[in-house]
Amino acid sequence: MAYNNPTESPSGAIREVTLGSSANPVVVGGETSLPFYLFEGAMPHKPKVAMEVFDAAPEGWPEALTDAIGDVLGDPVAWAKANVEKHGADMICVVLASTDPNGADASAESAAATVRAIVDAVDVPVVVYGSGNAEKDTEVLKKVAETVTDERLAIGPATEDNYKPITAAALGYGHVVIAETPIDVNMAKQLNILMTQLGLDADRILIDPSVGAVGYGLEYAYTVMERLRLAALNQNDGMTQMPMIVTIGREAWRAKEARATEEEEPAWGDAAKRGVMWEASTAISLVMSGADVLVMRHPEAVRLVKTAIDGLASQ
Amino acid sequence: MALTGLDIFKLLPKTNCGECGTPTCLAFAMKLAQGQAELTLCPYVSDEAKAQLASAAAPPMRAVTVGVGDSAFTVGEETVLFRHDKTFVNPAAFGASIDSGASDGEIDAAIAACKAADFERVQQRLRCGFLAVRSTGDAARFAEVASKVAAADVPVVLVTEDPAHAEAALGAIASSKPLLHAATESNADAMIELAKKHSVPLAIRAKGLEALSALTEKAADAGLTDLVIDSAPTTAGEALRDHVFARRAALNQKFAPLGYPVITFPAEISGGDQMLETVYATADLLKYGSIIVLSSAEAWQMLPLLVARQNIYTDPQRPMQAEAKIYEIGTPGPDAPFVVTTNFSLTYFIVSSEIETAKVPMYLGIVESEGLSVLTAWAAGKFVPERIAKFVNDSGIAEKVSHRDVIIPGAVAQISGELKEELDGWNVVVGPYEAADLGAFVKKRAS
Repeated sequence: MAYNNPTESPSGAIREVTLGSSANPVVVGGETSLPFYLFEGAMPHKPKVAMEVFDAAPEGWPEALTDAIGDVLGDPVAWAKANVEKHGADMICVVLASTDPNGADASAESAAATVRAIVDAVDVPVVVYGSGNAEKDTEVLKKVAETVTDERLAIGPATEDNYKPITAAALGYGHVVIAETPIDVNMAKQLNILMTQLGLDADRILIDPSVGAVGYGLEYAYTVMERLRLAALNQNDGMTQMPMIVTIGREAWRAKEARATEEEEPAWGDAAKRGVMWEASTAISLVMSGADVLVMRHPEAVRLVKTAIDGLASQ
Repeated sequence: MALTGLDIFKLLPKTNCGECGTPTCLAFAMKLAQGQAELTLCPYVSDEAKAQLASAAAPPMRAVTVGVGDSAFTVGEETVLFRHDKTFVNPAAFGASIDSGASDGEIDAAIAACKAADFERVQQRLRCGFLAVRSTGDAARFAEVASKVAAADVPVVLVTEDPAHAEAALGAIASSKPLLHAATESNADAMIELAKKHSVPLAIRAKGLEALSALTEKAADAGLTDLVIDSAPTTAGEALRDHVFARRAALNQKFAPLGYPVITFPAEISGGDQMLETVYATADLLKYGSIIVLSSAEAWQMLPLLVARQNIYTDPQRPMQAEAKIYEIGTPGPDAPFVVTTNFSLTYFIVSSEIETAKVPMYLGIVESEGLSVLTAWAAGKFVPERIAKFVNDSGIAEKVSHRDVIIPGAVAQISGELKEELDGWNVVVGPYEAADLGAFVKKRAS
């Protein structure tokens, strides 16, 4: 029996979404094959890492993480610059956690000022996540959208509860919307349909499928993303062809296995390496199921994943 | 492809003798097609038909077992490319490696590390599966180290391309069923002969799938069936490509020469960076590696890999379940809050890690609810007042806490009245909708 390479030829393609300034745009998406199946398609833009910056110093993070980030934790602009200049971030993801009405309840104006300052300080695209409170996010993201009009941001999460005003704000000021749905292929499609019906171009949407870390629902995210990608490529289903953005840092660093110290769990080994591995192995799993933008936290995990992305692209 | 009843019928004697216990050959063929009868029941079937039927019935990927007894592992027999099509079958094995040239102390430490990487999660045992012994000294030392590992009841992968070294080690531990790695283009005849003589599984290593297929065919022609393949990739991208092609060829094209489990050595492409090696091992796990050889079995690398494996190899139709019982999180005292939820493993993990993050010790009661999440379990009648009440009464929690407050998930607020009626002497408190808000909720109640 003679061996022949069993290649397949997917008919669909992922859309290209452009972010950032017109001087330094970054394009994500564009794949015509499953991730790194370069033997039967192209991946014109490798997955990009958007490193997180919180608008106020986060609390309760394990030492292994805060030590690695260093003294920029309470200074969003310095943190963003360090991510780009020291850690090679392709983008910055500003998390406006302080706007949470159940927390500090910071104003939309102050949040927008933080985003403005970060956009001015770095020359990479900026992704903006609200606190996850649907009502407050509407107000905050609208303010952000109208404050930064010289660069194309990605703003979200837009959910079924608040996609209308957020889409309207993005439409008005030229931004990209992050459409978040709870780990479900059909719900992801449906939200994309609703948003495009409001007049938003399909190449101004990123899908946030709501991922879970290793041990915390990774299998659901992995499979839903794989199915979205297969529908996009093999069935040429236009409402699944948006690039995907995944919030890895948030999920991985919530896991007990990433947080526990060696005193708490002596059988689990080196806490610093374990935490990084939790984030990095979650990230590589999601890259291999179709993630285009990886929202990540620990500089060492970012280094590992960027190296692995280059390794996977080397065929 | 599986044969249809009619395809099989054409191969039968068509005498309708009935000696197989089925009145007609056609009916017997239908039973065969559905796997309800064995071909051996027909006394008159031709050898040619037997061969054709056997090859059609053979699984597209072989199962291969390494080791003996309780510590043995089986890999392969996979039937799909994507886990949403059907559950992946035999979980990949992760193991560590050791050089035979290392000192006895280092070898003991490697064995101890492998044994220590043994975790329990959602009622499943997750452990380091084997040790690969790499021959870096003389043949006698290789045999000695292999014996040491086998004696510790750890399955062995013998890594050498020298038939004399392989012979020495197999002479010592063949009965422990080690995997011999590897037959290559330069030593294939001798290695195939050794694997046959000692009846042990054999890994075939060649650069590229074409060369690899030629060698596995050679081994199969020599009568070997327990084979493992290694395409010797030099980058992660090559590994991915080779693994995808091998799995597709085996499953979609029934290309038997690649219908074997894959062994990988992520350290070979990681330039000595052990963390990067672990990332590549994750990639191997996702895309079709079955035996994954790491450079060491340190807990920080084994734990994420074994937990990821547990995720990827679960049945996508049937959720994992946590054991139904009272979990003490932190060190709860008699005043500590008592919370109940369902036994969907994800629910358990999320609620317990939120409690840990909140640093408020609590008793977490996991109620048997067939692995469903809170709302689904409630809708399906699995997380209902009678069940919760029975759980609370049988759990012995009443002796552990001085209060009588049970906190239920906010998503099932509607059952609080009925639960109170079922639970004599208890006060039912409706908790937050999201687990993330549990810490703040109990802190607020306490103040």
